[in-house]
Amino acid sequence: MIISRPKIGSAGLTGTWRVERPVIDYSKCTKCRLCVIYCPENTIDLLEGFDVRIDYDYCKGCGVCSQICPAKAITMVPEVK
Amino acid sequence: MVGNHAVAYAVKQAKPQILAVFPITPQTTMLEKLAEYIDSGQLKAELIKVESEHSAMASIYGAAVAGARVFTATSSQGLLYMTEMFYWAGGQRVPIVAAIATRAIAEPWSIWDDHQDFVSKRDAIWIMTMAENVQDAYDLTIQAFRISEDKRVLLPVMIGFDGFILTHTMERLEVLDDETVDMFLPKRDYNLIDFNDPVNVGPIVTPDNYIKYRYEAKKAMDRAKEVIEEIAKEYEKISGRKQYGLIECYMCEDAEYVFLAMGAWVGDAREAVKRLRSKGNKVGLVKIRTFRPFPKERLVKELRSVRGVIVFDRAYSFGSGGVLANDVKSALYNSGIDVMSVIAGIGGKTVRPLHFEKVMEEVLEGKRFEERWLYE
Amino acid sequence: MSEIPEYIKNKRVIREQHFYRGNAACPGCPIPKELDLLLEVMGKKTVLVVPASCTTVIMGDERGSPSPVPVVHSPFAGAAAIASGLWRQLRMRGDTDAQVVVWAGDGATGDIGFSALSGAAERNENILYVCYDNEAFMNTGIQRSALTPYGAWTTTTPAGKREFKKPLPFIMMEHKIPYVATASIAYSFDYQEKVKKAKGIQGFRYIHLLSPCPPGWRFDSKYTIEVAKLAVETGVWPLFEVINGEFRLTSVSKTLLEKRKPVIEYLKLQGRFAKLSEEDIKIIQEAVDEMWEYIKQLVKK
Repeated sequence: MIISRPKIGSAGLTGTWRVERPVIDYSKCTKCRLCVIYCPENTIDLLEGFDVRIDYDYCKGCGVCSQICPAKAITMVPEVK
Repeated sequence: MVGNHAVAYAVKQAKPQILAVFPITPQTTMLEKLAEYIDSGQLKAELIKVESEHSAMASIYGAAVAGARVFTATSSQGLLYMTEMFYWAGGQRVPIVAAIATRAIAEPWSIWDDHQDFVSKRDAIWIMTMAENVQDAYDLTIQAFRISEDKRVLLPVMIGFDGFILTHTMERLEVLDDETVDMFLPKRDYNLIDFNDPVNVGPIVTPDNYIKYRYEAKKAMDRAKEVIEEIAKEYEKISGRKQYGLIECYMCEDAEYVFLAMGAWVGDAREAVKRLRSKGNKVGLVKIRTFRPFPKERLVKELRSVRGVIVFDRAYSFGSGGVLANDVKSALYNSGIDVMSVIAGIGGKTVRPLHFEKVMEEVLEGKRFEERWLYE
Repeated sequence: MSEIPEYIKNKRVIREQHFYRGNAACPGCPIPKELDLLLEVMGKKTVLVVPASCTTVIMGDERGSPSPVPVVHSPFAGAAAIASGLWRQLRMRGDTDAQVVVWAGDGATGDIGFSALSGAAERNENILYVCYDNEAFMNTGIQRSALTPYGAWTTTTPAGKREFKKPLPFIMMEHKIPYVATASIAYSFDYQEKVKKAKGIQGFRYIHLLSPCPPGWRFDSKYTIEVAKLAVETGVWPLFEVINGEFRLTSVSKTLLEKRKPVIEYLKLQGRFAKLSEEDIKIIQEAVDEMWEYIKQLVKK
């Protein structure tokens, strides 16, 4: 039988795919949680108190969160290697 | 009983949970009998009236991975249509039983019997057995469930039986009683869907590992040879009927030349052997009951002192040779035994004991050939 | 990362992942989110049946799977059939509360798997069939499917597709199944409400989910949600549900019967429509308006 089991990061540390990363300005964040709802990769964690946190191990840098944030609290910053 | 009903009766006794069958000549009366059994309550199973053969195998695959004992039946065009799913089930090594009422493949269009459809699946990692008569078809069906679910094997099994010649012909049949079958076929223990241990069934496998899975399948296929013989012996005890797992050697012990064939016409070959023997000829017959795994070792052993084998093929590998003939030649490589290939019965062309007799008589007179077609 | 304040770093996560991150989906691909939202509603006792599609690759290889629920892979044409056998056996073995969900792309649904889909719908198999529609055979490199819209560039329609999109949700509606719905990933709660409603219904349920594809539709990955939103706001993608034959629009689409944003707002964001002529845009606008006339008839009933 050919089976595999559940695993976070099944394609590896997809954070290494990024060319630019989203950075949250927590002073502007209104805790609306739209970024959590819309992040295509499910890589923004919803925290107690409804704060949010990006999981940079897996964030692919697509830019959706930055685009939809109503408070413009997320900026895309180029990855410097 | 007619062959189709005998197989349906065996399936009923095996108590599968899910069936999915799409009608095709000459299997239809088996499907109808199964529907009758279910509607009358004799068989407590679900019959999915699928819209195509591809969906038939797909449905029972889905049910099988969740633990069901399953069954389907088809022929010719239908078997070709479900080819993709045949490989899917074989590769994943899911215990499934399928009955193939053999029938020639279009083009040319034909509803009559040959083995071309059956053999087309010989690389799909399925165990393949062929019946000689209605009794054989019944016995093989019961044993098929046991063989496929054996933990040492875990491979799907197909039973081939000749279209019209066996499916629609009434022959004497001895059946086991239900309690005996219940004891012979323990509750199925194969399930991949466990909500407490969720798995991904059949993901992509990278080049590094794919070959390892195939190797495991090959080993299972090799182990099946022993398991088939073991189960045949057990079945012999409970049925009181002699069972041959892989091959049967009829009058081979002192034979100079033997016929080798599989399917219903083995009965005609048997008759030919009797007639030839009565005239003093030292001839015999090898019946191939299990086509995959091909019983190489047994053949080499049983045919050690034989001078020549006349292989009768009802299927042909165009550009190469008779399907059985190729397997036999490969098994008897370096043995010095003459392998002669006869292609006959294609598209349902009638073959009688006298055809077998004539070919053998010519060989006994000294005629040799690599391949001949009985097309007149 | 140095940009995360300490107090944020120390906070506890309160929403679990229903589809694991770090999978093989393209950046900006909404599929992992779509599955996460689906599984949040469907729960642990769900089996996904996945035919050949982008999701086949997203589901990982032999080393690990991003799905926390059982998945059964299917060949391209076989998903609806595998699901048919699967749900019946689950019921037979006592797991009557287990849900079987087919998660299929538009190719497996509207093209090669159409016959199996129609057969399963006709038999009213008790499964939830979700078609995530990225409007082409994306996994094999953006070739056109029956669900590719008129005028769209694909590798097999470099001059733009001449045929119109196969109206699958309406075709499924004509099968007279208990539940048909359309959804868009920009309207996540509407999508989840529909999944929830479908979960509580017996019989064949069909949800058609618009799933924009950045590499296939030619737009920057950050616009995924915008594109999915404009598809609805221009009326190209009506949000509706049909429960036992009764048709009703949902969410924003309820307000679009008379006035919608012009389709050009939606088309101009996507590179696959970059070479459209004025004539083509007119044809597309007319087709959308015609569809809404038909919808008006359905709403009246």
